[in-house]
Amino acid sequence: MNAIVRQLTGLRDWVDDRFPLMQLWNDHMARYYAPKNFNFWYYFGVLSLVAFVIQIVTGIWLVMNYKPDADFAFASVEYIMRDVDWGWLIRYMHSTGASAFFIVIYLHMFRALLYGSFKKPRELLWILGMLLYLSLMAEAFMGYLLPWGQMSFWGAQVIISLFGAIPVIGDALSTMIRGDFVVSDITLNRFFSLHVIALPFAIAGLVVLHIIALHEVGSNNPDGVEIKKLKGPDGHPLDGIPFHPYYTVKDSVGVVVFLMLFSMVVFFAPEMGGYFLEANNFIPADPMKTPLHIAPVWYFTPFYSILRANTINFLWLDAKLWGVVFMGLGVMILFLLPWLDRSPVKSIRYRGKLYKTALAIFVVAFLILGYLGVQPPTPARTMVAQACTVIYFLFFLLMPIYTKLDKTSPVPDRVTM
Amino acid sequence: MRRLILAILIGFMAPSWVLAESEEGPKLQNANVDLNDRVGLQNGARLFLNYCVSCHSASMMRYNRAAADLGIPESKMKANLMFTTEKIGETMTVAMQGADAEAWFGIRPPDLSVIARSRGDDWLYSFLQGFYADPTRPTGVNNAYLPNVAMPHVLWELQGIQRPVYGTEKDETTGKSVQVLEGLETDKPGKMTEVEFKKSLRNLVSFLVYLGEPAKLVRYRLGVAVLLFLSVLLVAAYLVKREYWKDVH
Repeated sequence: MNAIVRQLTGLRDWVDDRFPLMQLWNDHMARYYAPKNFNFWYYFGVLSLVAFVIQIVTGIWLVMNYKPDADFAFASVEYIMRDVDWGWLIRYMHSTGASAFFIVIYLHMFRALLYGSFKKPRELLWILGMLLYLSLMAEAFMGYLLPWGQMSFWGAQVIISLFGAIPVIGDALSTMIRGDFVVSDITLNRFFSLHVIALPFAIAGLVVLHIIALHEVGSNNPDGVEIKKLKGPDGHPLDGIPFHPYYTVKDSVGVVVFLMLFSMVVFFAPEMGGYFLEANNFIPADPMKTPLHIAPVWYFTPFYSILRANTINFLWLDAKLWGVVFMGLGVMILFLLPWLDRSPVKSIRYRGKLYKTALAIFVVAFLILGYLGVQPPTPARTMVAQACTVIYFLFFLLMPIYTKLDKTSPVPDRVTM
Repeated sequence: MRRLILAILIGFMAPSWVLAESEEGPKLQNANVDLNDRVGLQNGARLFLNYCVSCHSASMMRYNRAAADLGIPESKMKANLMFTTEKIGETMTVAMQGADAEAWFGIRPPDLSVIARSRGDDWLYSFLQGFYADPTRPTGVNNAYLPNVAMPHVLWELQGIQRPVYGTEKDETTGKSVQVLEGLETDKPGKMTEVEFKKSLRNLVSFLVYLGEPAKLVRYRLGVAVLLFLSVLLVAAYLVKREYWKDVH
């Protein structure tokens, strides 16, 4: 036993003489001091990493049997589901993983809204996170085309044609994205390439940057206290504990709970009532038959609702272009959060009624927009969507005012458990 | 000739009908699919291969996979249920040429491999009961769940012939009374009683659900095992966490 340990230590030292192995381990795990008061909301960072790994690993095995060809794509997915050993499990893990990834990312972002995690000095961390979110949206959108079912095809057709609303260059731009005048085999091939190579690379790189930025400024916490301000005689934050072993063991519990919920969907409800896998996507793509009701997958529906809520031609631009503009702004405005929020405190625990009310209304409006996005539009629903769109934007545009007026309470020096 | 032209014309319209009618229509009946009833699944396979595969393919399903999953001996499968191929490892393709099908029915009969996943079991169960006599149609039948369907009533021998019962309803926009289909009743009984026929259809739809996802037979069982393993792991992970966190105050 001792001989083995000696050998392994020797190997470690041999590597360490040539590569900063121990330094990296210490900087990011063993001597990275994280606040000791993380609560439920702080599991979703590590869970998004778990979701990412699930997607990469299952994706590698899917690509071994998938054929990015308009004539074979649909059948090759069914081939994976039937003839490939464990293919059904790998495919369901990937399709469920996509939705799970968005669920944990949305909760991770909501955590930032709760505890002001985007505020100084974490603005860049937030921006890197937003770039991750954008990449993830592109990754999911392109991946959804690959099964080549009716929803894959028409979803892509509708979304790409939105670029056509841009004046002058619109048509040329959407033709350039598709590589053809309609979504076709060429589109399928380029989306496949981007989905399995370009975007995963971008996401992996951004994850590294996101973590480096986090470990530079340190983690925020539910009290919004900067633990680095109060250090003990050993030079470590008084309220900090080493990430390893404390948070590795704590996160393991969270990861197992996540895997249990994930398995429940994978094994017992992989279609999730048509929200994770849509019934219409089991019909092969047919450019000659437009489905009556085209809705994107649930994670895009809040923004899709904003798009559809624009029904008025205004100034010299038509409603469709306004829809595209507002949908784009709806995502992009999130980048500005660190500068829109003028509150002196970070955490919701010490903010006043104004921010709490605004956040609650915002969450309700966002959920309603998401719900309306999967429903076929009616005049009444469109009016609700318009109201919620206004609320969505007012949350951000009025933020400098209400966060400044808000009556905050004093923030303690130390974190509370 | 006029019938043929009509059939082709309606064939062109069929896709739009399918989509226009799928949103509403008469209430669906509950199929009560049972994947644990192996005898029922075997009966469903028998009905499927005898009645459906003459026109519809299930090009993603292999005969030997179905034989193995449903406990049908390969020799029996070969002797009694395979009509288009001799090779047990082949998929369930159909002898009819696509172009012929378009000439005869105006539409290529869709592949049924994943039909239960796109249509749903209740819809299939209702649709297969929904045929009724309609002399205006080229096939002599219409369907309550898929109006102006191109498909003939393949199971008429078993079910018999149904006739439509019409009622009147006031159109809200025009104020005129219009004829609406209220229900179906037996006109000429078939070989089976209604109860027998429904049971056969239940078996057939159960087979279609299996056909849509053969893994369904194993995934629930595997899911239980995975969750049991994770529960044990959860206890272990929690105990480790509690031990480490004892000194954090």
